[in-house]
Amino acid sequence: MKLYLIKSIFAVVILFSLSVFSQQTPADKQSQSILIIGATAHIGNGTVINNSAIGFDKGKINFVGDAASVNKTNYNTVIDGTGKDLYPGFIAPNSSLGLAEIDAVRATLDFEERGELNPNVRSLIAFNTESKVIESMRPNGVLMAQIAPRGGLISGSSSIVQFDAWNWEDAVLKVDDGIHINWPATDRRSFRGPDAGKIMPNKDYKTDIKQLDDFLNNAYAYSQLKAEEKNLKYEAVIGLFDGSKKLFINADNAQQISESVAFALNHHIQKMVIIGGEEAYKVTSLLKQNNVPVLLKRLHSLPNNEDEDVDLPYRLPKILTDAGLLVGLQAAGGGMERMNTRNLPFYAGTAIAYGLTYEQGVALITLNNAKILGMNDRIGSLELGKDATLFVSVGDALDMKTNQVEQAFIQGRNISLDSHQKALYNRYMKKYHGK
Amino acid sequence: MKKILIFLCVLSILSNLKAQEYFPTNSEIKSTSHHYTAFTNAKIYVTPTLIINNGTLLIKDGRVIGAAADVKLPKNTTIINLNGKFIYPSFIDLYSDFGIKKPSSDGFSPFRSPQYDSTRDGYYWNDHVLPEKNAFDDFEYQSKDAKVLIESGFGVVLSNQKNAIARGSAVLVALNEFDNNHQRVISKKASQNFGFTRAAGSKQSYPSSLMGMIALMRQMFYDASWYKTHKNMNDITLEALIANEMLPKIFDANSKFNDLRASSLAKEFNFNFIIKGGGDEYERIDAIKNTNSRYILPLNFPDAFDVSNPINAAKITLSEMLRWNQAPGNPATLAKNNLLFSFTFDGLKDAKTFRANLLKAIEYGLDKTKALEALTTAPATFIGQQTQIGSLNNGSWANFLITSGDIFDKNTVLYENWTQGNANVVNDKNIIPINGNYTLTLDNTNYSLSLSGDKADTPSAVLKQDTTKIDAKLVYKNGWISLNFKPLKQANFNRISAMVTTDGIQKGIATLYNGEASTASFIKLNNTENKSDNKKEEKDVALNILPLSFPNMAFGFTEKPVQQSILVKNVTLWTNEKDGILKNTDVLLKNGKIAKIGKNLSDTNALVIDGAGKHLTNGIIDEHSHIALESVNEGGHNSSAEARMQDVVNPEDISLYRTLAGGVTTSQLLHGSANPIGAQSAIIKLKWGSLPEEVIIKNQPKFIKFALGENVKQSNWGNSENVRFPQTRMGVEQVYMDYFTRAKEYDDLKKKGIPVRKDLELETLVEIINSQRFITCHSYVQTEINMLMKVAEKFNFRVNTFTHILEGYKVADKMKAHGVGASTFADWWAFKYEVNDAIPYNASIMNSLGITVAINSDDAEMSRRLNQEASKSMKYGNMSEEDAWKLVTLNPAKLLHLDNQLGSFKIGKDADVVLWSANPLSIYAHAEKVIIDGIIYFDYDKDKQMVKADEKRRNTLINMMLDAKNNGDKTRIPFKKDKIYFTCETVSDYNSNNN
Repeated sequence: MKLYLIKSIFAVVILFSLSVFSQQTPADKQSQSILIIGATAHIGNGTVINNSAIGFDKGKINFVGDAASVNKTNYNTVIDGTGKDLYPGFIAPNSSLGLAEIDAVRATLDFEERGELNPNVRSLIAFNTESKVIESMRPNGVLMAQIAPRGGLISGSSSIVQFDAWNWEDAVLKVDDGIHINWPATDRRSFRGPDAGKIMPNKDYKTDIKQLDDFLNNAYAYSQLKAEEKNLKYEAVIGLFDGSKKLFINADNAQQISESVAFALNHHIQKMVIIGGEEAYKVTSLLKQNNVPVLLKRLHSLPNNEDEDVDLPYRLPKILTDAGLLVGLQAAGGGMERMNTRNLPFYAGTAIAYGLTYEQGVALITLNNAKILGMNDRIGSLELGKDATLFVSVGDALDMKTNQVEQAFIQGRNISLDSHQKALYNRYMKKYHGK
Repeated sequence: MKKILIFLCVLSILSNLKAQEYFPTNSEIKSTSHHYTAFTNAKIYVTPTLIINNGTLLIKDGRVIGAAADVKLPKNTTIINLNGKFIYPSFIDLYSDFGIKKPSSDGFSPFRSPQYDSTRDGYYWNDHVLPEKNAFDDFEYQSKDAKVLIESGFGVVLSNQKNAIARGSAVLVALNEFDNNHQRVISKKASQNFGFTRAAGSKQSYPSSLMGMIALMRQMFYDASWYKTHKNMNDITLEALIANEMLPKIFDANSKFNDLRASSLAKEFNFNFIIKGGGDEYERIDAIKNTNSRYILPLNFPDAFDVSNPINAAKITLSEMLRWNQAPGNPATLAKNNLLFSFTFDGLKDAKTFRANLLKAIEYGLDKTKALEALTTAPATFIGQQTQIGSLNNGSWANFLITSGDIFDKNTVLYENWTQGNANVVNDKNIIPINGNYTLTLDNTNYSLSLSGDKADTPSAVLKQDTTKIDAKLVYKNGWISLNFKPLKQANFNRISAMVTTDGIQKGIATLYNGEASTASFIKLNNTENKSDNKKEEKDVALNILPLSFPNMAFGFTEKPVQQSILVKNVTLWTNEKDGILKNTDVLLKNGKIAKIGKNLSDTNALVIDGAGKHLTNGIIDEHSHIALESVNEGGHNSSAEARMQDVVNPEDISLYRTLAGGVTTSQLLHGSANPIGAQSAIIKLKWGSLPEEVIIKNQPKFIKFALGENVKQSNWGNSENVRFPQTRMGVEQVYMDYFTRAKEYDDLKKKGIPVRKDLELETLVEIINSQRFITCHSYVQTEINMLMKVAEKFNFRVNTFTHILEGYKVADKMKAHGVGASTFADWWAFKYEVNDAIPYNASIMNSLGITVAINSDDAEMSRRLNQEASKSMKYGNMSEEDAWKLVTLNPAKLLHLDNQLGSFKIGKDADVVLWSANPLSIYAHAEKVIIDGIIYFDYDKDKQMVKADEKRRNTLINMMLDAKNNGDKTRIPFKKDKIYFTCETVSDYNSNNN
């Protein structure tokens, strides 16, 4: 036992010494097998192992079970997780991390291309692995994300990445996994005339939808018999028709959601996801019937209407889960979406405070999100053969009060939990208190 | 029916010449006439309460000579026999811009640099203050606009522009088409008008907010009184303000809370406004009553929404629907509370709606006499013109209406509207009614003809040959009917013209289908008139007016919660005192205070709450909030120290309820960060359902908002915003040095007893220097934080609080030495360049040095989760649980100098407490009960019941609206309220008309 303790202290010392670098250096490939034993393992699929043993080697999980059932000698390193919690790395879907650094500085903004129909625009190549905002995710357990562009009717193509990489090629888990659509607004703020200051029906609603319809009709025709002249925009969406890509539609109110589902059905879309889903609770049977999952907008949001109950946003995961839908959480859907992504665990905690069981809450940001992204074969839970992307917290990681991520691994690599922010903390604590 | 306005020129010539006696005539010889006109056999309303049945009204030269049962008629009298018709004084509108050219729009362009200084020479320093404007100078009679008012029954309007903060004098004018301004202008300057709108056409940035407008108005009145005795220069504006000060003052307030704001502004200067209200006064009638003001009420009641599509119906808020249901009762409510008011046509477009809404107000309980007073004697009295207008007393202008009956009867027709002795015909009163059943004989064939309908001049005709109905078109015009129809089996028309006399329809001249001339005869049958049977039957739906709630919207209390003794048993108590966290403790709240803390307490009168498994804490205090405000930034000047947030508190903001539900009981409402010196702060308790004056903490310590950095130097406002000083952090220091230097000099003069012009801005800054007002300063980077402390030290005071203070950790030692506190965000950063080094450990580092640290929201969403934000300091920097909790309770209380009454469990402190479902720092906790001054303002279970009850209210109203639409009522497209959640950075122009 003593041996294990010494090892973990050693690990902490190493981490501490890294803090002099402003940018965190990606960790080395996993060279030694690691076993974490004694922790409460939240598997991600709704189950929990109280006194667990989770082993991994060469970046993959190779043991999941009870502490009593593992042969410790199979592992080079054994980490004592007694009294601690073990989680699969949290996944932030529909994120723009790495595409912008400082909101008010235009030169740092790379998430929104001009134009309405940009399926060919790819987030991946702009994904800055060295973003200071990204390194602030890991100390909270957020280790992976889907990076999606913003703006227009068709924003572009997203990719799925992990947060310990030298460059975007290192980072990527899945290239161009999905196409992101912003369903046209049914209502718009009126600036002039007698209705100034009111949100009135959008007069362009139908023409906006027609743009989408026309585009997908043409793209589908193109996919059936490719013309000699290549069309990059149509090429970008072909995957939607054969199911190799998913369609993510941002839709909030009941009308938008219903029409989005009908739209996907009409256009031979194999897999779709609703992003936002503020009023998904009004159309759960439609969503259930068509197996459409929902990535709810940031739970820490205000009700959409002055008449809505104060805690309605908090209760949505429970309502949708009870209706039999696959529900995931994202951090987007409000201001400061990138910086706030580190609070993703606490949105899951809120879902628990308002009705879900603890393990259901964990699943929202692990296996559910992985399923919604079509990545559950590789990530999202502590299951055999999956990526060893996981972390140890000395307390409940879904509560800000106790979220203390002590050690985290991405594909088995023991990653740095330091950040620009931690470095400043240490520097000034040293200045004031000499330590 | 198309209303036709015929002007009787004969009469007009007479008075026309009278008004211009000294004008030369070149087109003809002079022909003057000063004879009398008498209206006999009329029911005359001399005033709403002096009514003469079967009387005579005698007028001459545009004035009333007599109105009585028996008036002696001179020989030279033209007599008009009214045969039982009614005469009323015509209506008066005190809030009109009739004949005033609408100012061109301000031509706002987002790319043009703003204009901070006044453009005028010789006037006051602000272009939105225009008391020197006289509406009379710009007045031009507009026949087209007059027509609508005349058809509505108005005879006199008080006209002025409807923009600007001080709008100058209004002109009182009769809607007299036949004379020129010599005659029709009754008073060139009948009132002085004010309002909460910027002057259209003036681009000057200040004031952009409601509190700026109020401050500007106060300063203007103070300057006027100074100017009277210390005139050492010429100011056209102030001279006009002084010259007109005896005129009645009309204030365009436009909403219930603005009514109260205008009223308290007036009280400061010992006068009272005549307030043009918003039509929502009924929602807060007690407070409105206390203003002791007289009101001008609009009749533009909202239309129903078209709720036939449930998806669209869901967008409308309950408050909007209630407004539709209740607003027509506004006049009745004011009347019942003995408030004096008049009506205005403002906000309406046509006579039909005016009349319909007037009748609706009566249907909703307004007494008819009161209604008539509101249209006649009340407005006349308000402006001191009761001898001239508003009644038919001898000597008044002959402004009156001739109607077929009781003016408030639905079927009554307005025939004529006389102004200054001239008749405007709205409906021809001399039309001979021809409704009835006739036998028409033509070409040896008998037809039956039936004429019916409400309007005498447009009867609808049904023609039958034998029993077969034939298409027939009948027109009744100028005393003739014309009738065209095709007889059965014929392809061509029979055509008839026939004259109508008092004997009925005469023999007509006819041309037959075959072209032959013929004669038609109409024999009237004696059977009773057919009631038109094809007309839609109007349902007499019983009025269903929903009761008010406080506030009158979703989550409003139907019964206001009351203070009671509350005993919480066996709870985990976070004392914020030496005792720390006590388990299984009882707490007694009594008379709004914390009365007892201990074990096994009892109180027979108290409401007992089982606290087992729960946590009881002090209410959260949000040191930095912008909820419950009408405006947030006055960025029109680099200093707006004269403006006060307490002037613009709006406790009916849903954010207040939501924040309360998050366990917050006190919020400091701050000005934004648009300028280095912001406005005076307001500290409120979140007493949902209360009035502005009730939520503002009494005798609160005085605070002011300052701001530093990117916002005050307008870095992110676009490239056109580069004309206001300062544009750099260097300049920011100089702004402070300049203002404090001037304030000190001002104070020195005052201390020496030298009379000074009262300067609201400098008075505020003097308070700061004298440590009577405390600074809460928006700040980010270490340079500027250090700078402000040094500026303060130069003037020998201390900065009280740095808010946001995201780089506070870099100068925490200096802050500690200066003695300033900090109120920061838990983990916000990277939203702009100056927060690039913001770290979530900030609170912990500053706390470790003994600085008083608070966590604030600056955000309507975060303000309801401040307990969680506090808890982040446990994650970032390992703060202890008790210290973390103090970040949002005791520490902000200290920063606000309210820790003697708030922030910890000490006997005698305010009973502002929250019962939590779990450890309040945990993500799993929610507030179950939020108590302020011993009153339960939020209760989690009750909230769920209110949601259900509100759904019911919504459903009732939606069904009523569906009925209304089916009854043919006008409807409008549902819309969603444009709710703007203020933060420090919200900059938008305030306009009271967009409420």
